[in-house]
Amino acid sequence: MEWETVIGLEVHAQLLTKSKLFSGSSTQFGAQPNTQACAVDIALPGVLPVMNLEAARMAVKFGLAVGATVNRRSVFARKNYFYPDLPKGYQISQYELPVVQLGRLMIDVDGMKKEIGITRAHLEEDAGKSLHEAFEGLTGIDLNRAGTPLLEIVSEPDMRSAKEAVTYLKKLHVLVRYLGICDGNMQEGSFRCDANVSVRPKGQHAFGTRAELKNINSFRFVEKAIDYEVARQVELIESGGKVVQETRLYDSQSNETRSMRSKEEAHDYRYFPDPDLLPLELDEQFIKEAALGLPELPDAKRERFVREYGLSAYDAEVLTGSREMADYYEAAAAMVPGQAKLAANWIIGDLSGYLNRDSLGIGDAPVTSAMLAGLVCRIADSTISGKIAKDVFDAMWNGEGDADAVIGKKGLRQITDESAIERIIDEVMARNPKQLEQYRSGQDKLFGFFVGQVMKATQGKANPAQVNESLRKKLGDKPA
Amino acid sequence: MSLSRTDVERIAHLARLEVGEQELAAYAETLSRILGLIEQMNAVDTTGVTPISHPLEAGLRLRADEVTESDRRQDFQAIAPSTQEGLYLVPKVIE
Repeated sequence: MEWETVIGLEVHAQLLTKSKLFSGSSTQFGAQPNTQACAVDIALPGVLPVMNLEAARMAVKFGLAVGATVNRRSVFARKNYFYPDLPKGYQISQYELPVVQLGRLMIDVDGMKKEIGITRAHLEEDAGKSLHEAFEGLTGIDLNRAGTPLLEIVSEPDMRSAKEAVTYLKKLHVLVRYLGICDGNMQEGSFRCDANVSVRPKGQHAFGTRAELKNINSFRFVEKAIDYEVARQVELIESGGKVVQETRLYDSQSNETRSMRSKEEAHDYRYFPDPDLLPLELDEQFIKEAALGLPELPDAKRERFVREYGLSAYDAEVLTGSREMADYYEAAAAMVPGQAKLAANWIIGDLSGYLNRDSLGIGDAPVTSAMLAGLVCRIADSTISGKIAKDVFDAMWNGEGDADAVIGKKGLRQITDESAIERIIDEVMARNPKQLEQYRSGQDKLFGFFVGQVMKATQGKANPAQVNESLRKKLGDKPA
Repeated sequence: MSLSRTDVERIAHLARLEVGEQELAAYAETLSRILGLIEQMNAVDTTGVTPISHPLEAGLRLRADEVTESDRRQDFQAIAPSTQEGLYLVPKVIE
């Protein structure tokens, strides 16, 4: 039987506010345990939540960016469950009336465009962290994260393969960073993903029973976890079994998912409106201001790059992968009129390679956009060849100054003087009479040998096109 | 609608409340009466009435995004039953 996979994703994006959703504690990552957990966060008796305006603005920005309905009135609810890292005994979330509803995101998989529905996005507070390993028979609780604002973004079950799911997730990841509402750091848990996965016989309308996969904290794991889970469900059904609705934990070490049975009974959360919090009301002015604060979004930027700079869809996609990268490119491209494509190649190629090698973000690149533009100019005006440019780039990366300084200091200026090149060719011919004779007697492939010798004699500085042309002339060929 | 003893046991467990064996029947009865009251209210035709979540005609007041709290861990942990290395310690809860 042929099976169809059905996937919906729930993403928790930690909002980039300075303070918590309902208290004035800092949200800075990495502080000493419990030093950023105030009376509200640790739920001392009598405390009351006061909501952060910036968190509301960020949720609205997201809603506008995915073409969703931004509800003028939304309601906070208590989600009740007991766990030591949730000191109140409930999480403040939104249930029946979330702030954002019915949006969409376009994805592109293997050249096919597909719209993925976003059911809702709601504001909620994060829980603390439990540390199980350090203490014998005890669990340590750090409440620094408790109360940190999250935007939970729930998709429709619109994805049909792990690849579509990863593409959607990456797109969402780029979007929240563009909007400046989330840093997207998956290692630190600022961008987390749960996947609802089910299978059904191809052509069947009703959904199969789904499993919820938790703990998938990288793009690669999302794909692997879903693939594993789909195979597990198909195998189970084909051997006469039944999928049960449950939460499953993905273990990246063994690449499998396993049941978390104890989570099941907790599913009765007994939501009710939080009496401590009045409805969140957003007026037109607030929403209009949020709309004005939206940056150019990734799709629009990508299309503009293709149109304005004549880039391929692929190049534009890579360069608009983050706002910082796109800004870097635009700054460089503006300084090298007519060489936008060459600038793009250098950023996608060498610059990205060096950034990866040194684990740096583009904002920390030792080669600034102005320095890269300087290098591109020198290639474009034939001062140096593309090959020498790589050495210049390396020197710039190592702090030896801008392109002109490096070229001057190291004497890398390309030899374009025709008589100088011809003189070197004469010397090379004189030094290699045997090869010359062989070439002239018909061994064409020795042409490359002469090119190599000339380049060697000039330490790579001769203009390759000119060397070719002059060599053909000298060796007695017609110009190619 | 009326609640059974098992329903009461389940609700009590979810709320982490200890309800004695002999109290179950009484709770089932009184809780069922509350549900009865809600059923009675449900009979009212509320077509066109916007549901309210709060009795006040007001919206949420929002605060500026500023860090206003300082570290008071020492004070808070002075009243905690068990702490170590800045962490609150509780009986092991991992499955």
